[in-house]
Amino acid sequence: MSSNSSTSGSAGDDSFRGRVLIVVPAWNEEAAVGGTVREILSALPSADVLVVSDGSTDDTARAAKLAGARVLELPYNLGVGGAMRAGFRYAVRYGYDAAVQVDADGQHDPSEVPALLAGLGTADVVIGARFAGNGSNYQVRGPRKWAMTVLAKALSKVARTKLTDTTSGFKATGRRALPLFAEYYPVEYLGDTIESLVIAVRAGCVIRQVPANMRPRRAGTPSHSPIKAAVYLFRAGFALLLALIRKWDVSVKPRAEADVVEGSVAL
Amino acid sequence: MTAYIIGIIGSLIVLGLIVELLRRRQLTEKYAVLWLVIGVIILALTCLGQTGLTVLSRAVGFTVPSNLLFFLAILFLLGVTLHLSWELSRVEDETRKLAEDLAILRLEVEDLREQKQRERQPE
Repeated sequence: MSSNSSTSGSAGDDSFRGRVLIVVPAWNEEAAVGGTVREILSALPSADVLVVSDGSTDDTARAAKLAGARVLELPYNLGVGGAMRAGFRYAVRYGYDAAVQVDADGQHDPSEVPALLAGLGTADVVIGARFAGNGSNYQVRGPRKWAMTVLAKALSKVARTKLTDTTSGFKATGRRALPLFAEYYPVEYLGDTIESLVIAVRAGCVIRQVPANMRPRRAGTPSHSPIKAAVYLFRAGFALLLALIRKWDVSVKPRAEADVVEGSVAL
Repeated sequence: MTAYIIGIIGSLIVLGLIVELLRRRQLTEKYAVLWLVIGVIILALTCLGQTGLTVLSRAVGFTVPSNLLFFLAILFLLGVTLHLSWELSRVEDETRKLAEDLAILRLEVEDLREQKQRERQPE
């Protein structure tokens, strides 16, 4: 396997101490996942990489294994939310101190992960935002942009901090929020971005954003049809509404040692 | 009169079907109670007959007796579908969690197997 997860690897960063798990949700990404994993491992030599193959029907799992990642193979497709929840459950089970989502398609730059991790010093969830500061190279137009603006405004209010890019998947989750997400991470469409933030806030977590660059995808093309954008607008609005009216009886424990399986197998 | 007899026979068949499903353990307890109650209500309503039903519907404010039956039926079916959606959502979430944990356990088993193989080899 890859790096032996030492109990306190510094994850290539001076301000974050603890074991870091990079979770890469991947659905039929055999073309891109290998390169992404290798890039993560070279940028963050002390972190463990966990690829969650979300019911892939291609060679995603093998490609990820060959590149040096640990691989969770979901028996059927659960969506990004389900894949991430599996990753969080794994992180909690093995006592990681932080989990960072990095998409398999290469959009997220692993060299920016330390910046996210540094943010965990003062927050429980850190979002790598595409529009703040140096992330401004990412362009969207039309309904999709309106949706993102409305979402950002609404969620900024909920989280009582300025958020500009709430649909970014590039997120770091700290020790306090991990058990919460392991249990309640939303699996519905857009739930992994919008509702997860609402749940975290309701549970008393602190959310922050740091600027991050987005790169073009390694494989596959993003869709830009107006109908799809309109559907997106509607679904995003509905997801937000649902997130806001849902009742969440959740809370996070004050920073303390969580129960973990000791002596993680064969790591 | 024939309609009355057909109605009663129909209700008895429904009730019999429910009891039979219960007997064969094809319905769990929580659904069993619900459906038994429904079966008995259907039988009771049919037994009321034309005049009884008319009196009953007038009393609750329906001019046409069949409207009372339709109203009750729609209300009940709505309730059942909603309940099924609710159950399905729960079951879906449960299977999701199982799938997630299954993936983790699968990885652990693989690790253990590899570890065992490695331990054997040096000898």
